[in-house]
Parts: sequence; structure tokens; C-alpha cells
Amino acid sequence: MLDPTASRGAAPVILEVRDLGKVYDASNGPVEALRGANLTVRKGEFICLLGASGCGKSTLLRIVAGFEQATQGSVAVYGCEVDGPGPDRGMVFQDYALFPWLTVEQNIGFGPSHRRIAPKEVAKLTEKFMAMVGLTAFADRYPHQLSGGMKQRVAIARVLANDADILLMDEPFGALDALTRSALQEELIELWRTTKLTVIFVTHSVEEAVLLADRVVVMTAGPGRIDCEVEVDLPRPRDVASVEFNALRRDVTRRLTSHIGGSRPVAATADS
Amino acid sequence: MSLQGTVSPQLDRAVATASVATAPTAPARVATRGRGRSLGPRLRAVALAVVVPLGLLLLWDVLVRWTGTRLVPLPSGVAVMMWDFAFGGIYDDAYSGSLPIHFWKSVQRVYGGFFCAALVGIPLGLMIGRIPLLRAMLDPTLSLLRPIPVTAWLPLSMIFFGLGPKSAVFLVFLGAFYPILLNTVFGVKSVDARLFEAAGMLGCRGPQLFRAVVLPAALPSIFNGLRLGASFAWILIVVGEMTGVPEGLGAVIMDGRTLSRTDLVITGMIIIGVTGFVSDRLLVLLSNYFLRWSPQHHA
Repeated sequence: MLDPTASRGAAPVILEVRDLGKVYDASNGPVEALRGANLTVRKGEFICLLGASGCGKSTLLRIVAGFEQATQGSVAVYGCEVDGPGPDRGMVFQDYALFPWLTVEQNIGFGPSHRRIAPKEVAKLTEKFMAMVGLTAFADRYPHQLSGGMKQRVAIARVLANDADILLMDEPFGALDALTRSALQEELIELWRTTKLTVIFVTHSVEEAVLLADRVVVMTAGPGRIDCEVEVDLPRPRDVASVEFNALRRDVTRRLTSHIGGSRPVAATADS
Repeated sequence: MSLQGTVSPQLDRAVATASVATAPTAPARVATRGRGRSLGPRLRAVALAVVVPLGLLLLWDVLVRWTGTRLVPLPSGVAVMMWDFAFGGIYDDAYSGSLPIHFWKSVQRVYGGFFCAALVGIPLGLMIGRIPLLRAMLDPTLSLLRPIPVTAWLPLSMIFFGLGPKSAVFLVFLGAFYPILLNTVFGVKSVDARLFEAAGMLGCRGPQLFRAVVLPAALPSIFNGLRLGASFAWILIVVGEMTGVPEGLGAVIMDGRTLSRTDLVITGMIIIGVTGFVSDRLLVLLSNYFLRWSPQHHA
């Protein structure tokens, strides 16, 4: 679990999740969505939370984002306990959640324009991040005029423009076609490298997790909990056809499915 | 139906998923609609729209001639009346050339009441939709008052505001208020919760949310409410002007009834119909402008 590589090991801890638990009060009794989750994330790391539905990965992410309250344990960013959403943790949703009444430009400028920043500065920031995701030509388009991939680029730029420390991504490419998804995966890695962001990325695709992450956190259901963590030491850009990649993918898949096979069906908890 | 009951969570979710599901097809529709609608289809639309009114006029004419009734004038008689009402020079009675003053008085009262209703209804609806405490306090009372027909308020409103235009404005206000309020509340309650989360994680919170998220997201519903409210306002002007005001289209219709001048009554009805139609088109234009981001809401 401790990171042996010198460069990342030296980076400060940005996020500390301690013994996190969440119980929902459903109509047919309490549902335990998450139990005893511990996670330490260092600045600049790319973490993937991997698991089947009902494993609590989205719950964990949403608690870190501050959208939901944990029933047990704590989340701290730079040592400060999280109590509600904040601009230090930017979220990218699977269904984009762009503001449909704002143009691409206005969506990206939403965060800065709601802080006391001069309009000129906001425009400069917006321009920079619009260019970074390649949407300058679409500045005046409304979300309904964009493809899914473009919408997700806007959603990412919106968080970057808001100067978030941690980028939280909840199955962000789940609704996209395979070609768009792999293009966006590449772009995301490029953005992550240039901005030196910390990313926590939720996915149920083993390949996606192994392709993107420095560290894959494998989660299992019933109740949702963290099963193990797998370091991915493959050099980037990663080759999905390589022997090493596939060996690692098989290893992660085995850890992921070893629990699903025998014990019990995947519990229907409020994961999504 | 109470405010609480206007939106069920299931419906809410259904609406949300439906809008997500239709989103990918939207760009194609935008391309064909809105811009560059050529003359041909537009003429066709107008032609299709006038078929039924022309047919009704013809039926009216035939039926009056066939039954030989003297109680209902022919369309041509009403046309002459309408000309005289607008420009005078034919009958030269109390109503000749008096359309502008009646029209102007009614328009003032309708829009006076309507704007008051919007001014109170929209902010109140935004707050009731967003603040549970306020909803718990106001919802039962509003649900209790709402089923009371506006016409039932007539005697009380005459006591409150006396005989005259104020009473008419009050009735118009009451009639327009509920559709505006209820649609605003509905709009606020159906805002996708994700949008609040998105605004929250971007650092927008508290009162800022009203202007940044609640108002724009509820705007489609608010415009629905405004359109309904405006049509109710025109319906109620006739009732409102029964309260003893000398001028106004409603007063003219009431006078026509007492004087057995059916041509005058029908003239008043047609003018109210046309004005209501035009004012609704204006609202649609406004709505299309403010909702240009939402192809589903273009009318």
C-alpha cells in the first residue's frame, strides 16, 4: 500500500479517507453501501476506484465530493475535514451535468465568474481552458448542440478553470462510444500530465482502470468495501496489446471477480 | 391538488431521463427548425390555420339564414358593427369609434393584473419550491384558496376595492396568480439535482444559486405559467369589468347584453379573442428567445 517510488512517495498527502462508512435508510430497511474504507491519496496521483455496481465506489466518490454525508469515519483534504461540496474538489459526472442554458464558454467560466474575479480575468481563464480541450471553435454553442464527447470535455474544462486540486470523475466516459472514449482517455492523461492534477476516477472497466491509473483500488460489494490496491507501474503511454498490460489486467480481473463468483449476488445498493 | 403533490419523484426522474434520452437527437432538430424556415411551409401553416375559422364563419352565416333567427346577426352585420366600433361613421351611436378607449382600458387592466401576478407569483414560487419551511407554511393555505372560483371573489373584491377598475385588476390578478405560482413551483422542484451538485462543487452556494441555477432551470415552466396566466387574465377581464366600470371590452359586452345588441357582444368577443391570441404569440416569442438553449421548449 505504501508507495515505494521516490517521486510520488515524496509528494504530500492530499486526501485522507479514514474508516469511511455509509448506511442509507431505504424504505425496506437500512442498506449498507460502504464499510470501513481507508484510502490515502498523494498529490498528483491518478487513482482508479474499480468495482461492479453496488460496491460503493460512487458512494465513496460522492462523500469525498461532499454531496453526501458519511455515517461513519472522515474525509480530509490537506488535513481539513470535508463538510460539503467545495471548489477544491471538482466533479465530472457521467451525465455531464452542464448548465443547458449556458454556452460552452459560459459553462467553463461558471466557477470563476461566481467568485470575485474580474470579468477580464474570467474571460482569459475561460479562453485558456477552452483551448486546452479544443473547443474554442464551439464557444457559443449550447450543450444540446454538442456531442457526448464534447460535453464531457466542457465538463472537464469547467472543473480545471475553477482551479480544483482534486478531479473527481464518476464513470465519466461510461456513456460514450468506444472511439470517443479512447480519445478522451488519451486527452485526460495528457491534461493530467500538464496540469499535475490529482485524479480519482471511478470505473467498472478493468481495462480503463489499468490504462489510466497509477494505483487501482479494487472494491467489492455486499457491503461495499475496499478489497485491495494494485500499483500499476507500466510506463506511459501504455500499450493495451502488450504482455505486461494484459498480465496486469488479468490479475486485477481475478481479484475483482474472486468475490463475485461464490458468495452472493451483487447487492442492489444505491451505487449509482 | 396540493403543491406537494404536483411533482412525484418518479415523474421527476422520468422527466430527467427523458430529457437525457432525447438530447442526442436534438441537434438534428435544431438544424431543421428555427433558422431558414422558407416561405412555402409558412404559407402552408397560415392556410391550414385559417381553414377552420373560415368554415365556422360560413356555418354561422348558413345557420342564421336557414333558421331565420333575429337574435343572432349575420357575420356581415358583425363586420359592419366592428368597423363602426373601430372607426365610427355608420351607426353614430354611443359605441361608434370607441374601440380605442375600451381596448386601452382593458389592456391596462389585464396587464396590470397580470404583471402584479407575475411579480408576486414568480419570486414566491421560486422560494416555495426551494425552501421546505416556506412550503410547509404556505402550501396548505394556498391549496385551500385555490379551488375557490375567481368569480366567487367578485362580491368581496367589490367590498375591498369598491366599484371600479381596481376590483377588475384584483380579479385578473387572482386568476393569473395561481397558474404562474404553481408552474414556477413545479419548475423549481423538477430541476435536476445534479445541477445543484455541479454548482456546489464549482463554489456557487446559498442565495447565489437562485439566480445561477434555480431561475434559469425553472424558466421553461415559468413561461408555461405566464402563458396560462395571460390567457386566464383575458378570460377574467369580462368578469372584472362587470363590476360597474364604464369602459372596457368586458363592459361593452355586458352593455351589449343588456341592450340586446348581439352584434356588439360578438364584436367584443372577437376583439378579446384576437388580442389574447396576439399577446400569447408575444409571450411565445419572448419564451423562444429566453429558452433558445432548449429546443424542446420552442413553440
